[in-house]
Amino acid sequence: MPTEEDKWLHSRGEEFLQVFKKGAEFTQELMKENERLRFRLVELEESQRNLERTVEDTDENRRLLQRIESLEREKEDILGRIRQVEEENQDFATRYVEIEQENNNLANLYIASYQLHSTLDFREVLQIITEIIINLIGAEEFAIMLLDEKINELQAVATEGLSREDIPSVKFGSGIVGQVAKTGESYFAEDVADDSPGELKPMVCIPLQIKEHVIGVLVIYKLLIQKTKFADVDYELFTLLAGHAATAIFSSRLYSDSERKLSTIQGFLDLLTR
Amino acid sequence: MSEYKVLIVEDSPTMRQLISFALKRLRGVRIVEANDGVDGLKKLAAERFDLIFTDINMPIMDGLKLVSLVRNDASYKHTPVVVITTEGAQEDRERALALGANDYITKPIQPTRILDVAKGLLNIV
Repeated sequence: MPTEEDKWLHSRGEEFLQVFKKGAEFTQELMKENERLRFRLVELEESQRNLERTVEDTDENRRLLQRIESLEREKEDILGRIRQVEEENQDFATRYVEIEQENNNLANLYIASYQLHSTLDFREVLQIITEIIINLIGAEEFAIMLLDEKINELQAVATEGLSREDIPSVKFGSGIVGQVAKTGESYFAEDVADDSPGELKPMVCIPLQIKEHVIGVLVIYKLLIQKTKFADVDYELFTLLAGHAATAIFSSRLYSDSERKLSTIQGFLDLLTR
Repeated sequence: MSEYKVLIVEDSPTMRQLISFALKRLRGVRIVEANDGVDGLKKLAAERFDLIFTDINMPIMDGLKLVSLVRNDASYKHTPVVVITTEGAQEDRERALALGANDYITKPIQPTRILDVAKGLLNIV
């Protein structure tokens, strides 16, 4: 028969066992909590690492943004340069056209000059001057008048589009042609397109002069139908003609005279030595 | 590079030189000059040309006669011919074009016009 003490002991044993069981359960719960917290810790660590990585990404982004801005500026610079180059290109194209025109003008002047001094034959020189006026200037009716210093009159020695009889002699200093011969200054009519019929009206008068000495006048009465106005090169050609044509005419005349004199002298010498 | 042979038939030495000067700016172009239509025909008989420039008003044989003869010659039937005239009149152009000329140039001559016509007819870019 269990004694009171045994019962008490049993009861205390039971109590202890209950407490132990609860302790075991509590320990298990603590372990579970510990496990959960460790897992949470791992999660947080992972989260922190991700967060750090995000921070790194933001720096990279910032760097990339800066790079983009820098590239944008570079692009603007390049576009600016392209615009500048295009403008320069346009300038060069315009300049090229101008140089091309200048080159053509110089070619015309060179040819005119070359042809004028290619012969010492007086008639050929007049023919060349005529060709230059037709082909390079574009005149249809004109006359080359030379000054006869003995009678102080200008007389036509070559004409185009008109007969020599149509061109009256002009007294030195008289009328437009005579004044051009006297002053040595070119004359240009205000309206070159004026083609009204009637009396022959000079459109352009160019003095043919060697230094200050005028030997004749080139008189243009009418331009070719397609020639409505003078170009810059025409004025340069007029200037060239004023000097070079005069020299060519003067030289060829001197040469012809000397040839003639030489021939006469030779004839006398032949007679004397026969 | 191919060579183009161009014949210039013109009695005026100034004009010949002017046309020649302009054409020499084209690469691969060789130029032969003739004083008039008869001289032009002699040059045409001696060698083959790719383009002919001829003045209309010339002594001995004028440019229109030359165009007519060239167009009736089997060897030159298809060779481009450009006429040069002092008159800008429609009638003169029409006569030349009716005879078979391919194009015309009016005086005073512009080198750029010569170049443009030559490039077009020789197919030079």
